[in-house]
Amino acid sequence: MSVSTPAAPNGTPGHTVDEPRSARRRTPWATAVTYLLLALGAVVFLFPFLYMVVGSLRKTTTGDLSSAVPRGITGSNYTAVNGAISLGRSLLNSGVVTIGVLLCTLVFGLLAGYALAQLHFRGRGTVFATLLLVQMVPFQLLTLPLYVLVVRDYGLGDSYLGMILPFAVNSTAVFLFRQFFLQMPRSLFEAARLDGASELRILVQVALPMARPAVLTAMLLTFIGPWNEFLWPFLVTKDTAMQPLAVSLASFLSNLQGTVSNPTGALLAGACVLAAPAVALFLLFQRHFTSTDIDSGVKG
Amino acid sequence: MTHLSPAADGGRTSRRGAAARHGRIRSLTGVLFVSPYVLFVLAVFAVPLVYTVWISVHRFYFTAPGTHADSPWVGLSNYRDVFTDPVVGRAFVNIVVFLVINVPLTVILSLVLASALNAKIRFRSFFRAAYYLPYITASVALVAVWQFLFGTDGFVNHALGPLAPDPSWLVNAHLAMPMIAFFVTWKQLGFFVMLYLAALQNVGKELYEAAAVDGAGRIRQFFSVTVPGVRPATTLVVIYAIITGANLFSEPYLLTGGGGPDHASVSPVLLMYQKGIEQGHPDFAAALGVVLVCFVLLISLAARKLTERGT
Repeated sequence: MSVSTPAAPNGTPGHTVDEPRSARRRTPWATAVTYLLLALGAVVFLFPFLYMVVGSLRKTTTGDLSSAVPRGITGSNYTAVNGAISLGRSLLNSGVVTIGVLLCTLVFGLLAGYALAQLHFRGRGTVFATLLLVQMVPFQLLTLPLYVLVVRDYGLGDSYLGMILPFAVNSTAVFLFRQFFLQMPRSLFEAARLDGASELRILVQVALPMARPAVLTAMLLTFIGPWNEFLWPFLVTKDTAMQPLAVSLASFLSNLQGTVSNPTGALLAGACVLAAPAVALFLLFQRHFTSTDIDSGVKG
Repeated sequence: MTHLSPAADGGRTSRRGAAARHGRIRSLTGVLFVSPYVLFVLAVFAVPLVYTVWISVHRFYFTAPGTHADSPWVGLSNYRDVFTDPVVGRAFVNIVVFLVINVPLTVILSLVLASALNAKIRFRSFFRAAYYLPYITASVALVAVWQFLFGTDGFVNHALGPLAPDPSWLVNAHLAMPMIAFFVTWKQLGFFVMLYLAALQNVGKELYEAAAVDGAGRIRQFFSVTVPGVRPATTLVVIYAIITGANLFSEPYLLTGGGGPDHASVSPVLLMYQKGIEQGHPDFAAALGVVLVCFVLLISLAARKLTERGT
């Protein structure tokens, strides 16, 4: 797949991308089947979300068939889960870790991506080959030695730094930025250089303003990683005051449910709070979150 | 750009010398720019990778920060422990169970949904968003919902009535691992739908026209034109599935309560956590990690051979 495949436009009327299908004449039957399939898919994907929201708002959350209907709406589940795991503190921790990872990804990623695309230096090929290789190594496989190093040797357990460290550099983001800077016209950079601008200044004042779409994509792709991550922060944090929401909610799921009167409702309320920021960001930036970006982000 | 370049001071330095100096500065800048990335790769990938192998051939104990304990060389005895542990075997079989369910299901469902999305339809952005939602949502949140939906007294069992399995889905030794595979397939499907959707844009329309001229119907066109046309995306699905399968942790830990029932849904990474960190045998876990890496590499190579055959 080439990086430049345009994503299907969101229902833009008369766009040429749809031409190949209109060339094949569509029977009403085929259209009906298509819509049926799509609607069925939407139900399967959306129902658990609906169930999550409804369950979090019900006074008593049971499993019977009427439980999918909002009745007896209350906010008490949110209060209950807040009492059990202190949502505010957990959200703050999630936020600090996510922002830390985002900042590191952007700063280090842009620097490395720019250098790999526009600067010549010894070892550039090796660095690029490493970049591709690193994306193939699944992080979880390194969890144990990283745990020994970070928690036992460096004593970074229960610290934001310890939670951020393994995600501070994101090879996918470096790759994305490199591809983007590579497409920019060289003459632009040469002109800035002739004016005597330093490379850092060219990066910040010339390349970065043009790279906004790539930066946005990288930020969205990066956000869901640390925000949703469970295993690593779970290993690093023993102190509940330091746990991000995914971890504290998981501990509520496995052993704290006895502490509240409607445990399922409280759990679903926590799940809603955990899911909401990522979902909101996604819906806000949906236009930018096209298949093209994922495609190039994944291509590695 | 108000700053003057060093060479702008009236041509005192020769043009070539200035160019060479600029080249050197740029080369130095390049090294400077990539060095944080390279340092991190060394610290977060290279060192831990070597460290795992080292731990796996020693008797290794956890120590408090700043203290030291001897780690005697024990050769391959940790590996012997790994290979003779029946639960380890179960964990690797579970990866295969996961792949057998996840790969075909993902390929078929996402290709069908992507083809449907690719047609001229209304509400396309709504459908796209709906399919994508589980992918961007935290596993922990979704596990909470699934646990409740598929619980013994859950919504699904109520809907099925007498057809509900006993013991229920997540506590049934035969269903626990397939449930994890279904959960992951559901969660990640939207991502692959988008991947196939992008791949479909690359299948030339003249191929469809040629097939139509040859008298191929819609179904025939799907199998003779669409399926081969998106083969690279299919290869990616397989590789992703292998990596995901090898890395399963939150699902067996949370959805089936620690790989239960009775290790029926245990995964290698969960086992690494249980043995290495909970029970304090990091050396066993390190050896298991090395075996897992080799397993993943082998199975990826085999999958590559298989999916790329005949292209």
